[in-house]
Amino acid sequence: MLKGYVPPYNATVVQRLLDQGAVLMGKTNLDEFAMGSGSTDGVFGPVKNPWSYSKQYREKRKQKPHGENEDSNWLITGGSSGGSAAAVSAFTCFAALGSDTGGSTRNPAAHCGIVGFKPSYGLVSRHGLIPLVNSMDVPGILTRCVDDAATVLGVLAGHDPKDSTTIQDPGKPFMLSSLTDVSKLCIGIPKEYLVPELSSEVRSFWSKAANLFESEGAKVIEVSLPHTSYSIVCYHVLCTSEVASNMARFDGLEYGHRCDIDVSTEAMYAATRREGFNDVVRGRILTGNFFLLKENYANYFIKAQKVRRLIANDFVNVFNSGVDVLLTPTTLSEAVPYLEFIKEDNRTRSAQDDIFTQAVNMAGLPAVSVPVALSNQGLPVGLQFIGRAFCDQQLLTVAKWFEKQVQFPVIQLQELMDDCSSVFEIEKLASVSLKQ
Amino acid sequence: MAAPMLRGCCLGRCWALACIDSGSRHGRGAATGFTCSGKRGQSFVAQQPLLTAQKSRKGEHKWAAVVGLEIHAQIASNSKLFSGSQVHFAAPPNSLVSFFDASLPGTLPVLNRRCVEAAVMTGLALNCHINKKSLFDRKHYFYADLPAGYQITQQRLPIAVNGSLAYSVCVGKKWRQVITKTVRIKQIQLEQDSGKSLHDELRSQTLINLNRAGVGLLEVVLEPDMSCGEEAATAVRELQLILQALGTSQANMAEGQLRVDANISVHHPGEPLGVRTEVKNLNSARFLARAIDYEIQRQINELENGCEILNETRSFDYKLGFMPEPNLPPLLLYDTASLPAGADPQQVINIDRIREQLPELPSETREKLIQQYGILPEHSFALLNEVGLLEFFQNVIKETRAEPKKVTSWVLNIFLGFLKQRNLAVNESPVTPSVLAELLNLLDRKVISSAAAKQVFEELWRSKGKTPSQIVSERKLELMQDEEALERVCHTVMEGHPQVVMDMKRGNPRAINKLIGLVRKVTHNRADPTVIKEILEKQLSS
Repeated sequence: MLKGYVPPYNATVVQRLLDQGAVLMGKTNLDEFAMGSGSTDGVFGPVKNPWSYSKQYREKRKQKPHGENEDSNWLITGGSSGGSAAAVSAFTCFAALGSDTGGSTRNPAAHCGIVGFKPSYGLVSRHGLIPLVNSMDVPGILTRCVDDAATVLGVLAGHDPKDSTTIQDPGKPFMLSSLTDVSKLCIGIPKEYLVPELSSEVRSFWSKAANLFESEGAKVIEVSLPHTSYSIVCYHVLCTSEVASNMARFDGLEYGHRCDIDVSTEAMYAATRREGFNDVVRGRILTGNFFLLKENYANYFIKAQKVRRLIANDFVNVFNSGVDVLLTPTTLSEAVPYLEFIKEDNRTRSAQDDIFTQAVNMAGLPAVSVPVALSNQGLPVGLQFIGRAFCDQQLLTVAKWFEKQVQFPVIQLQELMDDCSSVFEIEKLASVSLKQ
Repeated sequence: MAAPMLRGCCLGRCWALACIDSGSRHGRGAATGFTCSGKRGQSFVAQQPLLTAQKSRKGEHKWAAVVGLEIHAQIASNSKLFSGSQVHFAAPPNSLVSFFDASLPGTLPVLNRRCVEAAVMTGLALNCHINKKSLFDRKHYFYADLPAGYQITQQRLPIAVNGSLAYSVCVGKKWRQVITKTVRIKQIQLEQDSGKSLHDELRSQTLINLNRAGVGLLEVVLEPDMSCGEEAATAVRELQLILQALGTSQANMAEGQLRVDANISVHHPGEPLGVRTEVKNLNSARFLARAIDYEIQRQINELENGCEILNETRSFDYKLGFMPEPNLPPLLLYDTASLPAGADPQQVINIDRIREQLPELPSETREKLIQQYGILPEHSFALLNEVGLLEFFQNVIKETRAEPKKVTSWVLNIFLGFLKQRNLAVNESPVTPSVLAELLNLLDRKVISSAAAKQVFEELWRSKGKTPSQIVSERKLELMQDEEALERVCHTVMEGHPQVVMDMKRGNPRAINKLIGLVRKVTHNRADPTVIKEILEKQLSS
């Protein structure tokens, strides 16, 4: 739909980075209109997870040495901001921006072994962010370490007059303090997030993380978010409804793709939208239209809004009871091969994969996925921290402490580089955040 | 809600006749309306409606019509409701379109403060309750002139509700009696205007101009308390004047700044209301009343012929309903009591402040005119009905000693008549208030007669630069001041026409007029007929 469209203005988040001297290296791939959890449904094709080519993964898979077609079973990045995650993971850039509506930044961060940060709703401007669900979208930040995420947040956060949903306070850069003492911290573990579909490995890492906090003196308690089981359906109703509304502007008239039919306006709209949207997008639009019909509005849309309020209140209650930060998995398992992923349709996948992440968007809270360790297959697993609204700095401080404790390994792409060295001349990897 | 009875056979004036008599032929900000004085010119004071079912076969049945209005007024602001692009009439196509107006992805609405103030002012002027919290919604439909596929409006909780609009109707034999009618205002809401589409049939294409897309509108919803086109037109006219007095909208129908949709139904009194139809986008004051009455008539005819009324409204009213606008937080307004301490005055709106600063409304102005100058109510309406006329009138009053009633008569009848004949606005008049004041002073001092004054006025209109005094002396229009000389002339005339004098003595009223005419001829019309009459009568009786 946006083929050939070059936006005539910069998003606020982009402009703020440029104003601080950032160099824009390029735009990355994603699921079309940010709908998906694999980054496999984009018009430029699917995104491949760099870890597919890592020494850590290859060793575990006992790959045969060169000659074989080793690329047939590459892994997905997760999504929808998979391209950005892959870019950061592969040391292409210092940081990348994504979007997060139901987990689209945190999910690929977990699968790509990097930090994926979702700011509080209203902290970072959405001016220039193509909306999916206006009341849940935020620009997401992807970096290799928590300090880098804090640096970027310091540049981006703060009031934007062009976005009426941003807070009034102007932002300012900040440095994260290094926590040494976590004894005053209270970590909450939501019991409803222990679902059967959770892989045993991820569960084990989650458990170990909880123990880690406890052993270092923090208070770790089980908490309840009772309306968790309704969040997927609630999200689905609200998301598709807003999508239907937001996509109404893509008619081929003012910009973007326009079909060749010019018999009548209606015919032109219909053909343009059929040609310009993929199945996933069209499916969601039709669903959303259904919920917005006058006769359905009260039963679906309004009810979903009410359930959303309940879900948000669950978090409020937990934080009011003395919990500082919640600790949960980010994804059900590590990244899966593409061929396996596409066996299920996009909608089913999204519903499954968003389970730990999307309630956060409904509540507008800040959350961050931090890579914790490699799985048995040599693939990254991330865990999620959820903080109180507008306590992003505090959240990142806890995340930074955790990151330091777990010492997640650097991705080893040297072999891949060597293989390609005859083609490229790679001198050295530029990175601010290599940990050895 | 009482609707006046409309009989099958009418007494008194028939609507159709009245239509032809009434109203302006020039459409300059005029409403369709009768002039109370019966003369040409405008007044928006409505006549008591008497509708006939002209083609009715069952003349006994009584019908009542019910008319509600949805009025869209473009807010007079520098920029649009949610974006910074300029608001300007007749700019080159698509030259006033921001990224947001073109619905480029990623753009967001930012509320224009001036538009909110305009809505609050209008709400207060119309006796509405101002909602301290109001919400914005999206109303979805697909149309080429709506780039985003939805219009941002206020469906759930508009900015103002439950007001009233008073307008005046002339009744009675000579329309001397003015009664006030009220129509309830259901709500006032802020919403976006759409762009404009032009259909080029020749090339089978539609051209879209988005200059108007996103301009702020006030939608004023009038309850169905009106009963005919005339009442509706009068209410609209009064609303126009109020908006213009407030400065919240220029409300010029010809420029599309004020558009009216009418909801119309008919029923037999005592029975439930009939099916409503909608007559949309009436943008001429003259057409408004007629279109409504035509529709009323059409419905009556249909029903009397046994047909049903079909509601064919809103072909775009399919499918999607409303959705809250997620990019705009609730609009919160304050009054002095609830204003948060230390609030940035740039960021908040205080209803009490706005109320204090409301300008004088037309009804107040009229009342003042009546009190101050003792003019008749219908004249006060007429003075406010023409742009600039009131100011002109007041400027004349300032510089003349003539009685206000005299000034009123001259301004409303002669001056306005000249304007209308030549299709001019008040500010295009070649005669300035000072000049007219000078003329009236001459008249007041009895330097010239009434008839002479009119001649001078004509001359003033034609040739610029001359003062009334100049014209008077040039054309020797001064009244004879020498009373003795006049007496002699009278005496001579009477002597010369003894027969007429005899008639006079016998009490024939026309006789004296003949004598007056003769005297005037002798004096070259330079004697005041009133004075002549006095002298003749005196001489007769002596």
